[in-house]
Amino acid sequence: MKSLKKPSHWFLAIVTFILYIPIIVVVVYSFNASKLSSVWDGFSLTWYQTLFHDSEMFEALKNSLIVALSASINAAIISTLAAYGFTKIKLRSKSTMELISMLPIMIPEIILGIVFMTFFSLIGLPFGMTTLIIAHTTFCIPYIYMLVKARFVGMDSSLIDAAKDLGASESRAFFDITLPLLFPAIISGMLLSFAMSFDDVIISIFVTGININTLPMKIYTQIKTGVTPEINALCTLMLLITIVIMILAKRIHHHSNKKIKNI
Amino acid sequence: MNKKYNIWFLLFPFYLFSIVVIAFPLIYMVLLSFQTRADIWGVINEFTWKNYQDILQPTYLQTFVQSFKLALTSTFLISIIGYPFGYFMAKLSKKWKKRMLLLLMIPFWTSSLIRLYGWIIIFRTNGPLDQILMSLHLTKEPLRMLYTYPSVLIGMVYILLPFMILAVYSSAEKMDWSLIEAAKDLGATSFQAFCTITMKLTLPGFLSGIILTFIPSMGLFFVADLLGGNKIVLVGSIIQEQLLKVHNWPFAAALSVILMLLTTIMITLYKRISHSTELEGVL
Amino acid sequence: MKPILQLKQITKSFGNIEVLKSFDIDIYPGEFITLLGPSGCGKTTTLRIIAGLEQPDSGQVILNDKDITNLAPNKRDIHTVFQNYALFPHMNVEDNIGYSLKLKRYPKAQQKSAIHDVLDLVQLAGYEKRMPNELSGGQKQRVAIARALINQPNVLLLDEPLGALDLKLRRQMQNELKTLQKQLGITFIYITHDQEEALNMSTRIAVMKDGKIEQIGTPDEIYNRPKTSYVAQFIGEANILKGVVTKKEDNTLSILIQNHSMKISSLNYPIKENDTITFTVRSESIQFLQTATSNCLPAKIISKNFLGGMLRITLELHDGTTIIASQYGFDFKYSIHDNVYITWNQEHAIPIDMENHHE
Repeated sequence: MKSLKKPSHWFLAIVTFILYIPIIVVVVYSFNASKLSSVWDGFSLTWYQTLFHDSEMFEALKNSLIVALSASINAAIISTLAAYGFTKIKLRSKSTMELISMLPIMIPEIILGIVFMTFFSLIGLPFGMTTLIIAHTTFCIPYIYMLVKARFVGMDSSLIDAAKDLGASESRAFFDITLPLLFPAIISGMLLSFAMSFDDVIISIFVTGININTLPMKIYTQIKTGVTPEINALCTLMLLITIVIMILAKRIHHHSNKKIKNI
Repeated sequence: MNKKYNIWFLLFPFYLFSIVVIAFPLIYMVLLSFQTRADIWGVINEFTWKNYQDILQPTYLQTFVQSFKLALTSTFLISIIGYPFGYFMAKLSKKWKKRMLLLLMIPFWTSSLIRLYGWIIIFRTNGPLDQILMSLHLTKEPLRMLYTYPSVLIGMVYILLPFMILAVYSSAEKMDWSLIEAAKDLGATSFQAFCTITMKLTLPGFLSGIILTFIPSMGLFFVADLLGGNKIVLVGSIIQEQLLKVHNWPFAAALSVILMLLTTIMITLYKRISHSTELEGVL
Repeated sequence: MKPILQLKQITKSFGNIEVLKSFDIDIYPGEFITLLGPSGCGKTTTLRIIAGLEQPDSGQVILNDKDITNLAPNKRDIHTVFQNYALFPHMNVEDNIGYSLKLKRYPKAQQKSAIHDVLDLVQLAGYEKRMPNELSGGQKQRVAIARALINQPNVLLLDEPLGALDLKLRRQMQNELKTLQKQLGITFIYITHDQEEALNMSTRIAVMKDGKIEQIGTPDEIYNRPKTSYVAQFIGEANILKGVVTKKEDNTLSILIQNHSMKISSLNYPIKENDTITFTVRSESIQFLQTATSNCLPAKIISKNFLGGMLRITLELHDGTTIIASQYGFDFKYSIHDNVYITWNQEHAIPIDMENHHE
């Protein structure tokens, strides 16, 4: 392990350890046989069993997946088209639009929540999955847009010239050359968006409909009211999913960087 | 022309979302904050300053002050932990930098609810913390940490710390370390070199970290809700309550406008000081 | 012979900057023509207009008697080898080279054999599955050439294709490209700012300056008969001198420089006695004499240094004019500060900048 020679290394190690304490606690207690979370009663998988039989939980999971997936796909399409469009044309409104689109990650989530809520009720859109997806799409756009735009900046424009020179039409060049080269940025942006959407409580609380729960909202109410240890099991599983997504994102990033280098 | 038409087709969804779903609703919220609340449900289109005057009522003002104090305290704690952390991290070898980033990313990407829940388990009466402390004979009885101000503070610091670390790290990482050597070569002590060079060059990251932690620490109502019970109330908690329970939308809008003004002021100041348009370490 | 490609009165501006000013050129089948000039002279813009990647503000591009000025790049029978290769990083060698065939929906088997043939041609057989980042600079260059050649275009455009290679590899590739061009008989339009490259490879060279052609001709004409001081100085190392004509006999002009009589060629320019004219002498045409003879100039050696196998000698005439001379080998018997006499063969001294002379 790390050579803890300097005091600064000790500091880093201790703070990092503290960052992990609550996560470790959750994982450990998910295997606790006791219903009371304060006592350790031996190893057990009961809570995982309970979890897998909780249909409400599955409903919430389904909703969360639908929302996160739709939002990240929508955001990916919107951001990619826009970033591509802006390379084709010089518009004075560009920087203003970019600033506005960035607002969702600059202003506090709670304000975004109230903004969406009042707006949706103003236009009479019924609260439910649609409103959830629209709201989540909006705060996913900046993440993907920033990554895709950065990729465009690093892209050699002569590649597109070369494709056209070899006989490709504008759209063919986009699908054959531009899109594959943007793909790593789009995918890592989508993974980031997916994680943000999947984790969101604040905005969801304001824009969800009656009886529609996403997983974090379900966990939130469960923690607030009576605690059942199956939450521990659920949290452990979600942690696992997060880590898998993260490793995937790292892989894609690393792989694509290796590929693009030396060009 | 045909070509231009095609490009607008590409840009249309982006413009639609920016204008219709972000800009317009934001303006609507500002307008809403000047409208009058209807007796039972909804709003009446009547201009009023009342919502802003209401904020000055002692009960709400008190909350504002309390929330502001909590935000200040947690930002201070985050700074004294996060700044050295980001700075030390940037001084690590390349291999360890990568490892540390990965180690930081796991909690950063993990649902904040899960992590808060971990603290709830720890702080619970007769929970692991109490058991450890009592078995070490440091305390005689349970601390009853949960639902107190310190536990909310710890939760807030914990949730927001990674933002500060990453912001400071990203600006310290970019720094040219040979500048420090040059300063020392010119006769500066390590401490002088740190004050005159390092501090100046990592300032944008540090300020960006402050914005990324201070503003959310007034809005993250679920932290206060879960770790503070209903004892600790944040501005965010009032907004949520006014919106979802009391249904006083104009008042919630007025509170949001104040919070947003605060954000805007801080970001403007940040831009002035750091001469940068993008917040450091947002991604 | 009929030209394969003609540019007629092409103008092009970017913002306020006029890059091409009524640019004309006729290019004939099977030529290896080089557009030579410093950066910013408009050579790359010319190439991009021929390729269709840029639209001229006015003028015509004519390929095989057809006006292709407004034709999209993908509809032109012209391919380009780009400056930085522009290989698609996400495709392997085979897919890069076969891209244009795939767009034309050739049968798979035909694609394969065409790719195989063209890889043989550029000596890269067996590299089909390599990714661009697994290739060396020279190999990338070959792939880029193969990709542009596979469709057997009428005209191949090459935009400083060897710029990124080191000197040794560049020389080797120059010869290979020349051989390839002869073998295939395709018209090459080549862009470079490297005069040595241009002289070595081209059948014709067009020297460009500020969006216009300064002089166009064979490498021999460009080198030995430069028309302007710009061309003379851009190619090789030339001394530019001025003198007054004292006598004109057939092809020989006697001129007076600083009270010394010298002889130069007249090249049939309409020059009269007592005209002041500008002429050029290449550095390697300067000869050294120990003692004065009838046609020579006194000079003083200022410095000597070796440059790429040549000894480069800087001299100063009495009025302070600097003369550069170069000689092969090390056996130069004079030292710095020596006073010497210089002379030249009259056929190596030719008048330049004559365009505005006779009026």
